[in-house]
Amino acid sequence: MADLAARGETPEVLFWVGCAGAFDDRYKRVTRAFVRILEHVGVKYAVLGMEETCTGDPAKRAGNEFLFQMQAMQNITTLNGYGIKTVVTACPHCFNTIKNEYPALGGEYEVIHHSTFLQQLINQGRVKAEGGESFKGRRITFHDSCYLGRANNIYEAPRAVLEVLDADLVEMKRCKTNGLCCGAGGAQMWKEPEPGKKDINIERTEEALATLDGNAEVLGNLTGVESTAPGLPAGSNHGGSIIAVGCPFCMTMMADGVKNKEREQDVQVFDLAELIASAEGLNA
Amino acid sequence: MHFSIQNILFLLVAVAGFGLFAWQARKIRANILVGRDRDMSGHVNERLWKTLLVAFGQQKMFKRLTPAFLHLIVYIGFIVINIEVIEILIDGIFGTHRVLGFMGPLYSALTGTNEVLGALVVLAVTAFWWRRNVQGVRRFSGPEMRAWPKLDANVILYIEVVLMVALFLMNSADLKAHQLEGKDLDGAFPISQFLTGLLPDNVSSLVVLERVGWWAHIVGILLFLNYLPSSKHFHIIMAFPNVYFSRLVPQGQFSNVDSITHEVKAMMDPTYQVPTPATNPDGSAVAPTPFGAKDVNDLAWTNLLNAYSCTECGRCTSVCPANLTGKLLSPRKIIMDTRDRMEEKYNSPLVFDPALYGKEAKHDPQEQLDKENHTLLRGYVTPEELWACTTCNACVEACPVNINPLESIVEMRRFLVLEESAAPNSLNVMFSNIENNGAPWAFSPSDRFNWADDLYMAEKA
Ligand code: SF4
Ligand code: SF4
Repeated sequence: MADLAARGETPEVLFWVGCAGAFDDRYKRVTRAFVRILEHVGVKYAVLGMEETCTGDPAKRAGNEFLFQMQAMQNITTLNGYGIKTVVTACPHCFNTIKNEYPALGGEYEVIHHSTFLQQLINQGRVKAEGGESFKGRRITFHDSCYLGRANNIYEAPRAVLEVLDADLVEMKRCKTNGLCCGAGGAQMWKEPEPGKKDINIERTEEALATLDGNAEVLGNLTGVESTAPGLPAGSNHGGSIIAVGCPFCMTMMADGVKNKEREQDVQVFDLAELIASAEGLNA
Repeated sequence: MHFSIQNILFLLVAVAGFGLFAWQARKIRANILVGRDRDMSGHVNERLWKTLLVAFGQQKMFKRLTPAFLHLIVYIGFIVINIEVIEILIDGIFGTHRVLGFMGPLYSALTGTNEVLGALVVLAVTAFWWRRNVQGVRRFSGPEMRAWPKLDANVILYIEVVLMVALFLMNSADLKAHQLEGKDLDGAFPISQFLTGLLPDNVSSLVVLERVGWWAHIVGILLFLNYLPSSKHFHIIMAFPNVYFSRLVPQGQFSNVDSITHEVKAMMDPTYQVPTPATNPDGSAVAPTPFGAKDVNDLAWTNLLNAYSCTECGRCTSVCPANLTGKLLSPRKIIMDTRDRMEEKYNSPLVFDPALYGKEAKHDPQEQLDKENHTLLRGYVTPEELWACTTCNACVEACPVNINPLESIVEMRRFLVLEESAAPNSLNVMFSNIENNGAPWAFSPSDRFNWADDLYMAEKA
């Protein structure tokens, strides 16, 4: 961003990478996939790079309002300094915080989650999901992240994105407004869960696996059309079933759950951006 | 119209009944007003619309069809049968009999609907009783469903049946007395006409039975009215203001603490003018309010209003990921604790006084606390419960009367962190990472761009 500013240019969008997108090895792949899409369609974008710092979401949800506001003010100063109007991010937590909590502190931007952004690119015909990997015959189920869904009422965009993939989309029993948390929100990501019977991500992964395996009632295509895909027996690999996510924490929690269930062989967890990038043949 | 001692008695009973209710309502209003101020004015149309949908329209009940259907019967029955109460009041005061009878076919429609709904209500209430006591629907149990909440739920069902029985006794006795005298009775009685066979064939006994039914109905209603403030059934009144004053912002938006905003702004910009702190009427500075909530009076008044609107239905707890996986947290318990604590510390209603129900009425606090520290936080709600919350908003989404348990949870977390520095250690590590590295993990800010390094490895190579 600093380079761009030095050249006196402003980007169409600022891509807010987020801490997970910058540091988590798995989610760095998502960051790269999204950047490839941006470059592929020729969107003029910028990132803050080293000037970016945590939005303060985990601090705020854990009750550390002071730390949150320090972070928020710092970020707002940076963003306002560059005259940023539009922010796009692949993290629902960053999205929620910047969109809903920054305005009262002086940071007003149009904030877009990457699922909505991708949906717009698809609607404009700029992304066609052609020429890359085919997802024909593979089952995909989308795990709603709380901070996208219930927190901000975004349910359709990620589903619309998956729809261009020509895959068999199946819906989990608890989805959309009834979706079950992956277990990482509210700063749970950084601590051990309290004692209980089970970890939340295991419960959620079991539900996802049951849906993908067809053991559970097949709830049909995400648009409501009944899926015709045969149930994938455990251990078989049709190119694998997919749990699609739109959040770095969900990614970690679901991937851990799949590992815990020893199903990495036939079930993979991908972010929406990765799926679109590979369908577009952008996975260099 | 003939005045008698009955009318005077009725007036006394009615004035006492409504007066007592007004007195109880004032106590509860006072309890709610101990909460922190929060501006909920404006957006009147939006709020009214929401109240119409969620409170009148039962919108959120329809996530679960069986209870929604049963509840709808009782709800509509309650509204329609209350039109009859208007007639009872007029008859009672002026010594008239079935004063609305002049409306002819309209009156028949009214009484007929009343009877059918009355019968359906009895069926629905029986089904409710079955679900609660025999079928054992899971969300009706749980550690917070202690002696009083359990009893309360059934008492309400019994009262509802008694009220309906009184209604049918009144109608069928009236009908039969008229039949025996060869007179017509205004109205239609699709159910009572079959019940007349159960009654004696003697007009004077029937007149007495009709009076018994009439009095039981109205006295029952007045007693019920005064039972409400002690009961989860108070939701039939409180659901309306509660939905009206519920949040309009996205569920993910948490409040920003203003006092902290001033502090942070002053730190970042020395020229920033912090507004002068409020002063007491005598000019002395008002004692600073603590961050977050330790006790009920630290919560916003809307959170306290929430506590009086809770139906203890457990929809919140049954979708809570923490509760589902066996953790101690139950959002319903947070709300019930808030109400119990308010009534312990300030006013308690007529029937339910938490102190009277002793230990049974409360959750055992996990720590032995002196009186000073016997507050909502720690006295009722333990930090372990609070830290299990993923802030997923499932409880908020599920609540049929728009209660927000999450707000209270976050306020108490704020107290633990900002006033007591009592966060779990791993969270303290996260805090210091953010402070020092600008990221919740221990990575150096200079590595923030590393993801780009191998972006075009193929091309670069
Ligand atoms: S927000 Fe917290 S209390 Fe509410 S359902 Fe989610 S985890 Fe449970
Ligand atoms: S808070 Fe709402 S959902 Fe939970 S028990 Fe009370 S009324 Fe039911």
